[in-house]
Amino acid sequence: MEWLMFVPLAAMALITATLVIVLRNPVYCALSLVGTFFALSGIYLLLQAQFIAVIQVIVYAGAIMVLFLFVVMLLDLGHERPLWLQRDRPRLLIGVGAVVLLLLELVIPVGSWTARVPQGSSTSELMGGVGNTQLVGRLLFTEFLVPFEITSVILLIAIIGAMVLARR
Amino acid sequence: MIWLIPVIPLAGSLVVGLIGRRMPRMLVAVIACGAATCSLMLSAMSFARLLLLPVEGRQLRASLGSWIASGDFSVSFGFLFDPLSAIMALVVCGVGLLIHIYSIGYMTEDRDYPRFFALLNLFLAEMLILVLADNYLLLFVGWEGVGLCSYLLIGFWFERPAAASAGTKAFLVNRIGDGAIVVGLIWMILLFGSLDFRSVLMDAPTVLAYGSVTASILTLLLFIGATGKSAQLPLYVWLPDAMEGPTPVSALIHAATMVTAGVYLIARSAPLFQLAPLSLDIVAWIGGLTALYAASIALVQTDIKRIIAYSTISQLGYMFLGLGVGAYAAGVFHLMTHAFFKALLFLSAGSVIHALAGEQDMRRMGGLRKYLRVTAWSFLVGALANAGIVPFAGFWSKDEILAAAYASGHWPLWAIGCLTALGTGLYMFRLYFLTFEGRSRLDAHTLGHIHEAPWSMRLPLVLLALGSATVGFVGVPPGSGRLQQFLGQVFPVSAHEVAIEPSVEAVLAVTALAMAIGGIVVAYRYYLVDPHRPETLAARYPTLYRTLFHKYWIDELYDAAVVRPTVNAARTLSEVFDARMVDGTVNGVAALVNRIGSLLRRLQTGQVPAYVLSIVVGAVVLLGYLAFSG
Amino acid sequence: MTATVPLSAYLILSAALFVIGVAGVLIRRNVLVIFMAIELMLNAVNLTFVAFARFLRSMDGQIIVLFVMAVAAAEVAVGLAIIIALYRNKESANVDEINLLKG
Repeated sequence: MEWLMFVPLAAMALITATLVIVLRNPVYCALSLVGTFFALSGIYLLLQAQFIAVIQVIVYAGAIMVLFLFVVMLLDLGHERPLWLQRDRPRLLIGVGAVVLLLLELVIPVGSWTARVPQGSSTSELMGGVGNTQLVGRLLFTEFLVPFEITSVILLIAIIGAMVLARR
Repeated sequence: MIWLIPVIPLAGSLVVGLIGRRMPRMLVAVIACGAATCSLMLSAMSFARLLLLPVEGRQLRASLGSWIASGDFSVSFGFLFDPLSAIMALVVCGVGLLIHIYSIGYMTEDRDYPRFFALLNLFLAEMLILVLADNYLLLFVGWEGVGLCSYLLIGFWFERPAAASAGTKAFLVNRIGDGAIVVGLIWMILLFGSLDFRSVLMDAPTVLAYGSVTASILTLLLFIGATGKSAQLPLYVWLPDAMEGPTPVSALIHAATMVTAGVYLIARSAPLFQLAPLSLDIVAWIGGLTALYAASIALVQTDIKRIIAYSTISQLGYMFLGLGVGAYAAGVFHLMTHAFFKALLFLSAGSVIHALAGEQDMRRMGGLRKYLRVTAWSFLVGALANAGIVPFAGFWSKDEILAAAYASGHWPLWAIGCLTALGTGLYMFRLYFLTFEGRSRLDAHTLGHIHEAPWSMRLPLVLLALGSATVGFVGVPPGSGRLQQFLGQVFPVSAHEVAIEPSVEAVLAVTALAMAIGGIVVAYRYYLVDPHRPETLAARYPTLYRTLFHKYWIDELYDAAVVRPTVNAARTLSEVFDARMVDGTVNGVAALVNRIGSLLRRLQTGQVPAYVLSIVVGAVVLLGYLAFSG
Repeated sequence: MTATVPLSAYLILSAALFVIGVAGVLIRRNVLVIFMAIELMLNAVNLTFVAFARFLRSMDGQIIVLFVMAVAAAEVAVGLAIIIALYRNKESANVDEINLLKG
C-alpha cells in the first residue's frame, strides 16, 4: 500500500527535478520545481508529517515559487544555450564526475546503514491521538521557543534586506 | 638610614642629568657636591654609630625590600655597614667629594658640565652600592654600574676617537672579568643556595673543604673579575688608556672608586679565600708581579698622567700582594692610604695640565715649582707618600704588606716588593724632578699663560696633602694599629699570620725605606744633576729601553692575539653567515611566498561557478573520507 | 508490515534529489535556475529530516524542517533582491559574466 503511493510520488519528484535543471526556459523550470514540491508534499504525508506537507505546499509551492516566477518574468531572461554546447568543457566534465561520485558516496552508505532502535516517543498511536499539528506546535512553543523567536528576527532582517537591495 | 648613602648621589645624578641643562652651572655644582657631602656625612654618622656598638656586633643593616624571590633562593636590596664597608664608604665619599669640588674648577670651560657632574654622582652612587651591598648580586650591580660609568667618563670627550676607543677598551676588558664573576656567582648559588654575604661566608667552611678544587676555582673566578676591575696582570691594559678621560675622572677611577672594587671584593670574600691556599698564592704572585711590572714600565714613560696610571697598577699590585699573603687588613689599609695620595697625585697633575693648557708631556715641562707653588708642594707630598717615605701614609701601609709577605714565608715576594719600592722611588721622583724642578723646557707662549689653579682646585689639593701625610698613623703601630683592630673582626685570622719580632720588622722597614730612598737618589742624580745620563743609558741598552717604552708590547700582543682574530671572525660571520645564510634564508622565504602567491592568485577568478565546483569537489573528498574510512 | 517503505528508500530518493540539485548548480548559467537548484537541494535535505523523524519516532526532525523553510524563505527573498540589483547593473543573469569577487 505504501509502495503504491511512494513509487509514483518518487518518480514524479525525480522527473520534475531533472526537468528543472535541463529545461532551457526559466519559466518551465520554475513550473517543474512546483511539481517537485507537490510530490515531496505527498511523501511528507506518507511519512505522517501532515503539518509539514501543508506548509510545503503553502510556503514553497505558493509563496516562494510565485516570487520566483515574478522575478523570472520581470527580468525577461530568455533561453540559455544548450548544455552540450557550453564552452567550458573541462569544468563540465569535472562537475559531472563530482556529481556521480557524490551520488555514489551518498547512496552506498545507505545500504550498509544499520537501522538504529527508534528512541523517540512520537509513535503512530500518539500521532493519531493528539495530532501532528498539535505536537509540532507544542514543541515549537516550549522546547524550541528561542530558535523560533530568532527565526522571526531572521525573517524581519530578510524583509529589510530585500527592500534595501531591490530599491531603485 | 644607611641605604640613603648610595641613594642620595643617585638622586642627585638623576636631577642633574635630566634637568641640569636648564640650570645655572652653580646650581649643578651645588647639587652634585651637596649629594656627595650628604653621603659623606651619613657615612660618618653611621661610622660613629658603629664605634658605639660593642666590638662583636659592629654592623648595621638595612633593606629596601625584596628583589628576587624564587623558591628557596632570594635576594634583597639589602645594605650592610660593617667595619670594612665603613672604611670603604668613608674613603669613597671623602675622596669622591674632594674630586667633585676639584671638578668645579677643572671643568668650568666644558660645555657638558651637567653631564659630567651627573656621571660623577652616578659613579659615586654605584661605588657606594658596591661597597654597601649585603649580598653578591647587589654588589655586582654596583660592580657593573662603575664599569658603565667608567666607560661613560673615560669616553666623556667622545668627539676624540682616542677617548671613545679608550672607553670601549675599558668596558670590554672589564667584561672578561665580569664574565668570570657571573660564572662564579651562579656557581655560588648552586653551592650555597644564597648570595647573601652572611650565609655564604658563614657556611663557607662547612660547604667547602679546605684546599679543595671547588674552593680554588670559585675564588679564582672572583679573582679574575678582580683583576679586570683592579687592573692586574693580565687585564690591566685598559687603565693606562683610561687617561683619555678628564683628569678628575682619572683621579676618581684610580683613587676612590673602580680599581679598589677588586680589592674590596677579595677582602669581602676573605673567608672564602681562606679556604683556598692555592688561590691566595696566585693572588699574591699576580699582585707582586704586577707591582714590579707596572713600576718598570713607569720608569720610561713621558706622559705625566700615564706614569701615575702605571703607578696605580703597581700600588694595586701591592694591595693584592697583601691580600694574597693573608694580610687583608694591610691590603685595605694600603687601599685607604693609596686613595689619598693617588687622588692627590692625579689632581696635582691635573692642576699642572690645567695650567699648561692641556700639555701632558713631561719633556716639555720642568721648573714649574716657581709658578705652581701649591701644586708642587702637594705633588711632592703625594710622591713621598707613594714612594713610601716615612712618615707619609704610603710608608706605613706598604711596610705592613711587605712585613706580612716576609712573615708568611713568601720571601721572594718580599724581595719583589722591595725591588718595586726602589722602582717606585725612582719613577715618582723622576716625574717630580722633570716636572717641577730643574730648568724650564716650556716655550715662551705657554710660559706667559701659566697660572695657578682656582681655589676650588687648590682646596682639595691641600686637604688631600694633609691626608696623605697623616692618614698613615691610623695604622700605627704596624699590625695592631687602630685600623687593624677596627677591621679585625671582619677578617678571618690568617693561617699565614705569624707573629713577627719587632726587631725583624724594623729591619724590614728600614730595608724597604732604604730601597725607596735609593730610588729617589738615583732619580736625583740622573734627572736633576745630569739630565743627559738617562739618554746615554737608554742608548747603551736599546732593547731594554724600547721594551719598557713600548710597555712590553703587550697592547700589540693583545691586538694581534685577541682583538684582530675577534674582529676578523666577526667580519667573516657578518659577511658569510649573516649576509648569505641569515639574509638568504629570510629573503628566500619571502621570495618563495611571493612565487607561491603569484601561482595561487590564478585560482581566484571571481567566477562563482569555479568556486562552487571547488566546494563540490571538497565535499566529495570529505564525504568520501567519512563514508569509507570506517 | 512488509509493505512498509524502508528508510533507505527515502534516503536514496533524497540523495538523488540532492545530487540533481548539485548538478543543476554546476551546469546551469542562469542565476535564477541555479537558485532553483539550491531550493531543490534544501528540499532533499528536508526529506531526510522528515524521514528520520518518522523512523526514529522523534518530532525534532519536523521542527528543524520548519526552521529550514523559514530560512529558505528569507534566503529566497534576499537572494532574489540581489539578483534584481545585479541585473539592473549588469543587464545579465549569466553567472559567467559576473566576476565581482575577483579582487
